[in-house]
Amino acid sequence: MLAKETISKIKELLAKAKVKSPWLLHFDCGSCNGCDIETLACLTPVYDIERFGIVNMGNPKHADILLVTGTVNHKNKKVLKNLYEQMLSPKVVVAIGSCALSGGIFKDCPNVVGGVDKVIPVDVFVPGCPAKPEAIIDGVVLGLQKLAAKTETAKTTAGKPSNRLKVKAKVKEKVKGKGK
Amino acid sequence: MMLSSVIHALLIALAVIVLAPLAVGLYQGLDRKLTAACQGRKGPPLAQPFYDMLKLLTKQRALASPWQSFFATLYLFASITALVLFYLGADLLMIFFISAAGAVCFVISAIAVPSPYGHIGAQRELLQVLAYEPLLFLVIVGFYLVTGSFMLDTIAAYPAPLLLTLPLMAIVLGYVLTIKLRKSPFDISACHHGHQEIVRGVQTEFAGRTLAVTELAHWYEIALVLSILMLFWATSLWGALLLLAAAFVLEIIVDNVCARTSWSFMLINSWITGLTLAVINILWLQVG
Repeated sequence: MLAKETISKIKELLAKAKVKSPWLLHFDCGSCNGCDIETLACLTPVYDIERFGIVNMGNPKHADILLVTGTVNHKNKKVLKNLYEQMLSPKVVVAIGSCALSGGIFKDCPNVVGGVDKVIPVDVFVPGCPAKPEAIIDGVVLGLQKLAAKTETAKTTAGKPSNRLKVKAKVKEKVKGKGK
Repeated sequence: MMLSSVIHALLIALAVIVLAPLAVGLYQGLDRKLTAACQGRKGPPLAQPFYDMLKLLTKQRALASPWQSFFATLYLFASITALVLFYLGADLLMIFFISAAGAVCFVISAIAVPSPYGHIGAQRELLQVLAYEPLLFLVIVGFYLVTGSFMLDTIAAYPAPLLLTLPLMAIVLGYVLTIKLRKSPFDISACHHGHQEIVRGVQTEFAGRTLAVTELAHWYEIALVLSILMLFWATSLWGALLLLAAAFVLEIIVDNVCARTSWSFMLINSWITGLTLAVINILWLQVG
């Protein structure tokens, strides 16, 4: 009985820690820098998002939340996808500004793919041109609620040794196929 | 008699293993609070370092290489061993060598992954080790020259505070502490919270659980350097705590005032200043 209580308390603590320590990765997909300036303004003493434990990271492998600004085009969609795939789950994507939502005024340009959600799954959309820092903070807070709801833990399928072997086998098959 | 001393030693080891991360985590939390206050911000909650650590444990498992995890675990093991031996009153030289071996294990685990960013970070971490290890060694030699022993029991039992005879050595240890805490101006391999250095320097390829392991090992290492600092005023607990508080405030001031320097500046500056101070202190001991 006591053991069960302790385990549930530890689980609660871990769930709390997940939300209390969101590390951000900010990726500019080719925005006009309006949304970038507003995003970085959140880190200044005026808004001080570090009071929520939020830290701006330069490394996708350490990040929990991906903030994307700007329109996705055919050149940078691979970069965006690559960054997203390098992040460990549980992870959340927040698209910031009109361009990241739908392509904005660049929507009909031949080089533009459109919104971020055409390349990677987006959890929160923050509208605005540019989005206000208050709106971005609200978006991140909403993202945190979604992060808490995501039940993926350390025991995700990708992390199991058996699956890792499967992936390795697949890669080998691909390499062999290319050789032929 | 034999059995009771073994149990006594085990209890001390257990207390050190549990209490050291709690103390250092609190130290880091206070550090972030005070840094924020210096910059006119509110700052994260006091328990933030613990939240960060626990969060890393909940992340998906991802290993870039099995050797990375192996050497990261060795790093943790070495830093715990060094700290436990310290509180068991063992030989300070042996503790020094074990902790150095741990630091090298960390570098190897970063090099184990074929990533250019991780490699640059690992090489810079190696340079940091090169910068502080001679200084730490000289501090220990200073203890020996005053107390006549490398054994911690004897050093801690010395009747007068060592700060009176080794004041310059305390400054030398301050250099070691700044490099170990990854504070500006010497945060060239990786930075503490927030700042960035070539992606994430030596920590680039660590993620989730492995990152948590290296962070925890780093906490034990900081606990060791702070414990060595406390030796300078081992005669009174309040004196030792006063030294800790002074180091804490000075580190934050240095961190906020200084910009990051290049590795060559760090190496030359820490060696020339540190060695000069150490030699003056040792000569003074010999003359006086």
